[in-house]
Amino acid sequence: MSALLEVEGLRVRFNSRAEAVRGVSIAVNKGETHCLVGESGCGKSVSSLAIMGLLAKGGQRTADRLAFGGQDLRGLSERAMSRLRGDRMAMIFQEPMTSLNPAYTIGSQMAEVLTRHRGGSRRAALDRAASLLGRVGITAPGMRLAQYPHQLSGGLRQRVMIAMALMCDPELLIADEPTTALDVTVQAQILRLLMELQRELGLAILLITHDLGIVARMADRVSVMYAGEVVESATAGALFAAPSHPYTRGLLACVPIPGTIARGAALGSIPGTVPRIALGFQGCGFRDRCALADASCAGAVPVQRRAAGHEYACRLEPGWGERALGERALGEQA
Amino acid sequence: MAGLLGVLIVAGVALMAVLAPWITPYDAFAQDLTMRMIPPAFMEGGRPDHLFGTDQLGRDYLSRLIYGARISMLIGVATVITSGLIGITLGMLGGFIGGRVDMVVMFIITCRLSIPLILVALAVVSLVGSSLTVVVMTLGLLLWERFAVVTRTTVMQVRTLDYVAAAWAAGCSRTHILLREVLPNIVHHLVVVATLEMAIAILLEAALSFLGLGVPPPLPSWGLMISEAKDYMFFSPWVIMVPGISLFVLVLGINFMGDALRDRLGASREA
Amino acid sequence: MLIFIARRLLLAVLVTLTVLTASFALTRLSGDLAISIAGPQATSEDIEIIRKAYGLNRPVVVQFGDWVVSAATGDLGRSYLYHEPVARLIAARMPTTLTLGLCGLVVALGIALPLGILAAMREGSLMDRGIMMVAVVGQAMPTFWLGLLLVIIFGLKLGWLPISGADEWDGFVLPAFVLGFSAVPALMRLTRSGMVDALASDYIRTARAKGLSRAAIVLKHAARNAAMPVVAVAAVQLGFMLSGSVVIEGVFALHGVGYLAWESISKNDFPVVQAVVLFLAVIYIALTVLADMLNAFLDPRLRTQ
Ligand SMILES: Nc1ncnc2c1ncn2[C@@H]1O[C@H](COP(=O)(O)OP(=O)(O)O)[C@@H](O)[C@H]1O
Ligand code: SF4
Ligand SMILES: [Mg+2]
Repeated sequence: MSALLEVEGLRVRFNSRAEAVRGVSIAVNKGETHCLVGESGCGKSVSSLAIMGLLAKGGQRTADRLAFGGQDLRGLSERAMSRLRGDRMAMIFQEPMTSLNPAYTIGSQMAEVLTRHRGGSRRAALDRAASLLGRVGITAPGMRLAQYPHQLSGGLRQRVMIAMALMCDPELLIADEPTTALDVTVQAQILRLLMELQRELGLAILLITHDLGIVARMADRVSVMYAGEVVESATAGALFAAPSHPYTRGLLACVPIPGTIARGAALGSIPGTVPRIALGFQGCGFRDRCALADASCAGAVPVQRRAAGHEYACRLEPGWGERALGERALGEQA
Repeated sequence: MAGLLGVLIVAGVALMAVLAPWITPYDAFAQDLTMRMIPPAFMEGGRPDHLFGTDQLGRDYLSRLIYGARISMLIGVATVITSGLIGITLGMLGGFIGGRVDMVVMFIITCRLSIPLILVALAVVSLVGSSLTVVVMTLGLLLWERFAVVTRTTVMQVRTLDYVAAAWAAGCSRTHILLREVLPNIVHHLVVVATLEMAIAILLEAALSFLGLGVPPPLPSWGLMISEAKDYMFFSPWVIMVPGISLFVLVLGINFMGDALRDRLGASREA
Repeated sequence: MLIFIARRLLLAVLVTLTVLTASFALTRLSGDLAISIAGPQATSEDIEIIRKAYGLNRPVVVQFGDWVVSAATGDLGRSYLYHEPVARLIAARMPTTLTLGLCGLVVALGIALPLGILAAMREGSLMDRGIMMVAVVGQAMPTFWLGLLLVIIFGLKLGWLPISGADEWDGFVLPAFVLGFSAVPALMRLTRSGMVDALASDYIRTARAKGLSRAAIVLKHAARNAAMPVVAVAAVQLGFMLSGSVVIEGVFALHGVGYLAWESISKNDFPVVQAVVLFLAVIYIALTVLADMLNAFLDPRLRTQ
């Protein structure tokens, strides 16, 4: 059975000189949470916006395959795409404070999703909005419907965004760093809510984050992104048990034992920053920061299969450095 | 592109204005009742010795046009200077001192905006008596509010910047800071406002003169030329076309120049 | 909200009082009013009689107090020229000017809003640049000259519309268009920049993510937020149009308040000049207050405070 969302060779460029996304492949299955993880600026948001067809002006998208529920999205008109968005695929954003329109009530903004895609009366749409607000843990939903975004806290607004995304019972929810702008306690609540909703509704979630703690808690599968590419992809268990790309290992290096990551553990223990990759760049994008880089890294980088469904892009064969890592873990336990 | 065109137009008109006494083919004030309403040379019935024809009193239109450039440029420049002085002073007071003073400045600006501009200008010119000086002074006293608003906002932005704080710390005087630290950093906004005000002043003078309460005849203001010619426009539309197009092109040139300056100097849109 | 309204009204009253003073001072600019009224041929006895008759022999402060008190009670004085109460003169002329101003506003918004929105939607395109060029050209067009041109074209050459006067509705077409056109550049620029900002905002991305139609995104979600500054400037522009109608009424020979003002200015009919200046200023102040209230109403952040 093919995945709900299939992305292969996705590329995005904003101008003729640099590419923000360089051949990303992701598959999200029905009912699973797929985490897209990577440092800020590596192209996570651009990838997800490209999938939704929401790129800002000037963004050009190409892909070898881009399918949702078996339907090719590439040739779809803006009109046809808008019929899918908000209905079968929904998205929430990092900025809860600015993502709602300040001029309209919560109720009005929620109701219009349902009336747009399913028709029906505004009354019925408002009823559904109220019940969803209750479902995402907002008290007195009837009163909230009549309120304006500025009257709500950031956490409440993000709950509203989630409820709004659920108006049409979507199959896929793309959540772009939904908790980054929120307080730690609110973060935990929102994440728990997403997990519950997924279990209840059989929702597939593409969760974008730079927080490994979130990945450890939420993910079924993980794709690690670096400089516009997916450098490693695996189930969450396999990734934490046997991180295979030097970048992934770098991310996890600060973590004593894989799998038991402290909440809020940040990425970026690797010196340097994500480079902007010029068009026609060859070789491994990580080699400027990679301690293991050698001359061959400037050539074509092979994709290594560590196990079924666990792949990474590096010159190093599966199993490299494993003993050293194991020894260190043992040493730390002793 | 348009900016360059603008500069060329404005420079051309300015040159005409300066050189008027030497380049006019005829005396701009000399009437010749035997040569009235001759169409421009390129139209039917035109004569090569009167390129833009003659007016209802037989005065050479081209010569009057060239002298008219003098009046328009003079009005534009002089108004910008007077209104600039008033507006920039007020804006600096409000923006730099803030507090009560700023409230007063804002109040003055609000009052000025509520006064019907053209009407008051007409009334003042009529009461004091129409002359070029009176028109310039009136426009200068009435058109300063944009200078004030832009100066005030930009000074407020600039005064919090590091180098101003450094100047405070170094014990420089208020005047010193205003003139040496603040003014140079807002001057690009003011240049753009100046072009805009110049265009507005020129149009306003033309309107006043058109209504007969601006520059007094026989001075050849372009607005006055249109006014004097309008009784004949149904038979010979060119009589209002010649001064009208001149006015339009000059103001367009100034606006082109202003827009280009705005883009180049990175001045704000509101300016 | 109530405090906001109260403060706004207080400011309006203060501004009105200042303008009242200014318009009184304005007519004393020429020095001796009686001489101006009497005209150049008058003897010194004539002037003395006039001075007495108009109460100009009293101290200026008394005259001023008189004028303020009567203006506050709606008595704007009597016209020297028409020997009629100024208030009645203005009331009789007002419908013409108001019609002109409102039609002008409709024209201005009718041109500026669609073009501004279109330019914003295609920001940076050839169409955008073309539309902005219209704004620059419009700004450079002397209104009275545009009026004369249109009279020649539509009145004389094509014969579609009357050349002057407004006995029928069609007499308003050209003057309203010219007056409205003068307000187009400012309104169009503002609409465009407001829409450009709004369209680039996060909530528009949300609206797109919800799959809303293009019309709903642009007209409902973006336009509503771009509307507030446009409302404020539209009110200001209407005020400018009403006082700018002095030129247009001159061109088209419409007998509105503008024409009345021009006539009284040319003929030294000071009570009328004073009153019209004050009257237009009060309308302008009222319009800006109205716009602020409308904006407070349009912006839920202000309204629900
Ligand atoms: N609208 C845009 N125009 C040009 N470049 C963009 C635009 N949006 C994003 N980029 C570039 O694409 C790259 C990836 O950005 P993004 O996807 O936002 O990173 P993140 O992984 O933090 O979400 C960055 O280098 C950014 O500068
Ligand atoms: S390919 Fe080379 S540079 Fe890239 S991660 Fe592997 S070792 Fe490092
Ligand atoms: Mg991002």
